[in-house]
Amino acid sequence: MEAFTTHSGRAVPLRRSNVDTDQIIPAHWLKKVTRHGFEDGLFEAWRRDDDFVLNHRERQGATVLVAGPDFGTGSSREHAVWALQNYGFKAVISSRFADIFRGNSLKNGLLTVVLPQETVELLWELTEADPGAGITVDLPAREVRAEGVVAAFELDEHARWRLLNGLDDISLTLQNEADITAYETSRHSFKPRTIEV
Amino acid sequence: MGRTLAEKVWDDHVVRRAEGEPDLLFIDLHLLHEVTSPQAFDGLRENGRRVRRLDLTIATEDHNTPTLDIDKPIADPVSRAQLETLRKNCAEFGVRLHPLGDVEQGVVHVVGPQLGLTQPGATVVCGDSHTSTHGAFGALAFGIGTSQVEHVLATQTLPMTRPRTMAITVEGELPDGVTAKDLILAIIARIGTGGGQGYVLEYRGSAIEKLSMEARMTICNMSIEAGARAGMIAPDQTTFDYLEGRDHAPEGEEWDAAVAYWRTLRSDDDAVFDAEVFIDAAALSPFVTWGTNPGQGAPLSASVPDPASYEDASERHAAERALEYMGLTAGQPLRDIRVDTVFVGSCTNGRIEDLRAAADVLGGRKVAGGVRMLVVPGSVRVALQAVEEGLDKVFKQAGAEWRHAGCSMCLGMNPDQLAPGERSASTSNRNFEGRQGKGGRTHLVSPQVAAATAVLGRLASPADLTDASATPAPAGV
Ligand code: SF4
Repeated sequence: MEAFTTHSGRAVPLRRSNVDTDQIIPAHWLKKVTRHGFEDGLFEAWRRDDDFVLNHRERQGATVLVAGPDFGTGSSREHAVWALQNYGFKAVISSRFADIFRGNSLKNGLLTVVLPQETVELLWELTEADPGAGITVDLPAREVRAEGVVAAFELDEHARWRLLNGLDDISLTLQNEADITAYETSRHSFKPRTIEV
Repeated sequence: MGRTLAEKVWDDHVVRRAEGEPDLLFIDLHLLHEVTSPQAFDGLRENGRRVRRLDLTIATEDHNTPTLDIDKPIADPVSRAQLETLRKNCAEFGVRLHPLGDVEQGVVHVVGPQLGLTQPGATVVCGDSHTSTHGAFGALAFGIGTSQVEHVLATQTLPMTRPRTMAITVEGELPDGVTAKDLILAIIARIGTGGGQGYVLEYRGSAIEKLSMEARMTICNMSIEAGARAGMIAPDQTTFDYLEGRDHAPEGEEWDAAVAYWRTLRSDDDAVFDAEVFIDAAALSPFVTWGTNPGQGAPLSASVPDPASYEDASERHAAERALEYMGLTAGQPLRDIRVDTVFVGSCTNGRIEDLRAAADVLGGRKVAGGVRMLVVPGSVRVALQAVEEGLDKVFKQAGAEWRHAGCSMCLGMNPDQLAPGERSASTSNRNFEGRQGKGGRTHLVSPQVAAATAVLGRLASPADLTDASATPAPAGV
């Protein structure tokens, strides 16, 4: 996983709530068997409309997505996170994320930041008034900063430590393999098996 | 203090607990399918890892599989490549696979329970959000992303933070013609698509206890549409009766030991939930969605709501967008909405009871002119059972298409899709924009409402069919 420390970039205001994973990356893109190449599928249906905010010239190269509440609802497809990252987003700000999407994002180093809706509105107004305005997401300080905005955000210590160091969960878990083996010996014998081994 | 069902199952699976870290949970059953596993197997290969517990892992093909001509090569080369990737990965790593054409193939959440692999008190995961289905057995079942699929393959565990618990108590008697699907749609409309966020929902109360296992699966299946981490129902005699004698159910003394353990899996009387919701079953009626998320629903007898009636600005805006996308106007009675397509199937309503319910309504009737009805069994076993009962004939005689098992039009990864602007009544679980095909419009309904809608060509309940004034909508309008 890519480590995340502090990122500053221009923003894309996405004034929509309940942006589900089918909108972030439609199902037909899910046939790909890689983790890259999803950038053109990002918000595919909406991008056919020239007026869609991502298509605006001044939003090219923006790296912080500021979205409405309940971002990432729906399916567990990690492709949604890969599509955002492949497109160039480093962080997504919303007042509420769907659980699975949030988990997936933090496992891939895409920082999902929860801020109160009032702050999200302020950031929308700021970037709409000045598309060149920068937003800084500072993970060590757990703070989002922009002109006239300093907002603290929460992230549990463990997730923050993993992100800051770009640590891979599997290696961390395997450090405790002895615990897994011990647990395995104590499982009920009536638990089902898919195959005899 | 007592513990909730979810807490009991959680505690029984903690491999490691340490201050400031998520709990490391052991996973009893890992279900795989073609869409969310390729990148996970790649990860194993890159790091020289193997699958830790092949005996707790099983794969099937469902999302991409065609429902016609399954004996011919799959026409879409990209879908074909994805299925071939799963076959190659399963062969290389030694994972049990039920591919297209196999008698145990089907939607992953239909296959697990019918094999008897989904059992009370188990932890079940799958790279698919509707894994919540398995909670109907009193299992703790989570949908996970591909990174987590890789994690479970490599370690048979997952680091997870303990969720909060919410009790959804449904008391009373569901009125005639009101099904589990209507109940869960009404619950989601009530608590909202984010209402369950961070929670494991436990459905309980007299109305839940009376439900069959299949109906319980319909309820738990859609927990994710309320944003919940999982949904659960305490196991009881209905659960044990469903499991007994299934392929992977314990036998003899093992069965007795299992049942004794399963009986302990209920929330203690003094357990405290972090949130509670109460629903009066008797007040419910057939429920359908009008919008583009599963929380945008209303009783069939109601009208399309006026966005101006929403106080919350973002809800109002979402309703405006939804009406525009759905091509509906505020105040239009829901019963006047005409459809082009009816889909019966998916992991929500693709089991045998669902097909029986739809066939029951369709028997001796015809699908309205200009309406296409697709019936897609959730698994090959469900299809075989339906054929044995003659349900396939009922569907065909009514003018519906009887298809091969798979996810099909639930998400339109295969050729079963809506064309732009087409409208469906669908027994699946998501009415998102474009979910069933680019520009397609979806109304979520129960199997009974789907069948009645097929007959009348407009959203309808079976009761409408006996109403003398009911006539099919004129074709082409
Ligand atoms: S039937 Fe639909 S919801 Fe269920 S697993 Fe398949 S695509 Fe997902």
